Amino acid sequence: MIAVSDVHHHIGQAQILRDITLTLPAGKITALIGPNGAGKSTLLSLVARLTPLQQGQITVAGLDVQRAPSRELARTMAILPQNVAVFSRLRVRELVAFGRWPHHQGRPGPQDAAKVAAALHDMGLDDLSHRFLDQLSGGQRQRAHLAMALAQDTPWLLLDEPLAALDMAHARALMQTLARLRDSGKSIVMVLHEVNYAAAWADHVVALKAGRVLAHGTPETVFAPDVLGALYDTRLRVIRQDGRPLVLHHL
Amino acid sequence: MIVLRARPLVLMVLALIPLALASLLIGVADLSGAQGGLILSISRWPRTLAVMLTGAALAVAGVVMQELVRNRFVEPGTTGTGEAAALGLLLATLAFPEAGIGTRMIAASLGGLAGTAVFLSLIRHLPPQEVLLIPLTGLIWSGVLGAVVLHIGWQTDLIQLVGIWLMTGEFSGVIAGRYELLWIAGLAAGLALFAADRLAILGLGDGVARGLGLNPEAVMRLGLVIVAVVTAMVMATVGMIPFLGLVVPNIVSRVMGDNLRASLPVTALAGAGLLLTCDIIGRLLIFPYELPVSTVLGVLGAGVFLWLLWRRPGHD
Repeated sequence: MIAVSDVHHHIGQAQILRDITLTLPAGKITALIGPNGAGKSTLLSLVARLTPLQQGQITVAGLDVQRAPSRELARTMAILPQNVAVFSRLRVRELVAFGRWPHHQGRPGPQDAAKVAAALHDMGLDDLSHRFLDQLSGGQRQRAHLAMALAQDTPWLLLDEPLAALDMAHARALMQTLARLRDSGKSIVMVLHEVNYAAAWADHVVALKAGRVLAHGTPETVFAPDVLGALYDTRLRVIRQDGRPLVLHHL
Repeated sequence: MIVLRARPLVLMVLALIPLALASLLIGVADLSGAQGGLILSISRWPRTLAVMLTGAALAVAGVVMQELVRNRFVEPGTTGTGEAAALGLLLATLAFPEAGIGTRMIAASLGGLAGTAVFLSLIRHLPPQEVLLIPLTGLIWSGVLGAVVLHIGWQTDLIQLVGIWLMTGEFSGVIAGRYELLWIAGLAAGLALFAADRLAILGLGDGVARGLGLNPEAVMRLGLVIVAVVTAMVMATVGMIPFLGLVVPNIVSRVMGDNLRASLPVTALAGAGLLLTCDIIGRLLIFPYELPVSTVLGVLGAGVFLWLLWRRPGHD
């Protein structure tokens, strides 16, 4: 599990996170939701040790993210940062192959090639694997970066808005892949902008607002109309669809 | 797959051999005379080696700089590295006139390191989507440093020395015993080949690099040292050679991408080949006199640079 205790974070004068203490369960899909500026990405970035911790402690599978060796952490969690923009002119396969770096440190073996091929396949990139990234659309590039994170083949997968730029078919395919990975024992934490993907696929939901945890638990508990209305400060309806909550907020 | 990857490398080696032979044969002195062997070993061979080492090292330093900054339009000559190295060398020459070559080269490298580090901190807050602001900032920074170097050189009557470092890179003065520092530049560039994957991952962004278990700051420091040492050695031995570190990496990247493990050796050989070509042109155009290689390259390089700017307006 991921244990976050007593985490505060500020950028300049702005308090981004206040007194965050929570645990994220292993073997589940956890969704971080909340309005813009709630601190979701910051929290994920702190967990992924991309941002230095200012106060508090975070452990992932028992590893202190501030102290554990970086390579060990890289074999424990893979991270998809938000808005990845790459200046390098790499082929899709070359990018995805870098996901194996923590395992081989420059000397890839046959099992590395197999993981890369599997990740490319999972993200529907078989036909694009020899294309340069700058020849791809935004959604295709996003899938290439996702494939890189999948190729890292870590017990934990941290994804910051993985659905950004993906069309409906690829968004659903990604959620199905993540569900399959979850069923095979992996743990997934993702920032989701679109609440209905959280409602339909997440096992555990954390709702952040203004740097605090407003609610967390199963989708059923978090997706109560009053909780969700308070979270986003807007009128919305929650109906049931196939035993899952479905939020109507566009009407 | 392996054959495909090896092909540009083989092509480069095949192109380099006749160039090197031509460079050995061109000159006023007759090699078939009694002094032929001596001329070859004291002058022609060192010059050819010096040009190839310089070309290879500068091209690699250009790639490293571009990965550190994540911008295609920079090279050590446009980021103040050369001028800062000259400043370090000048200050060391003034402060310790008795100092040996080792001390002065360390001073030059440290100067280059400091100057490039300042450049990196200058550009940290520039908006990344404005790709041309970074090379512009670099040009201004190197202009400022160059002015300081010139001023001090003027005040201390060392302007001639400064002129050799900063103005025109050329190889006519290269003989055995006066180019060997370039091997250090070659070694530093070789270090980049070993760190190719790390540098390529750093080019993907600090977040990605950290996520893969790399320490971005450590890779950054390694890259800085490579750039500073290459630039300092070249600047002190043959003078600044503009554009090479810009033109060669961009062309190689266009052709084969930025998977540095595969492309860096090609970049190094292409740098050696281009500089050797320019040197040969410079030696032939007004034979038996010479044009400095940097002049030839400047004309060629400026053209290619303009073409690069023009065909990719704004962003990548």
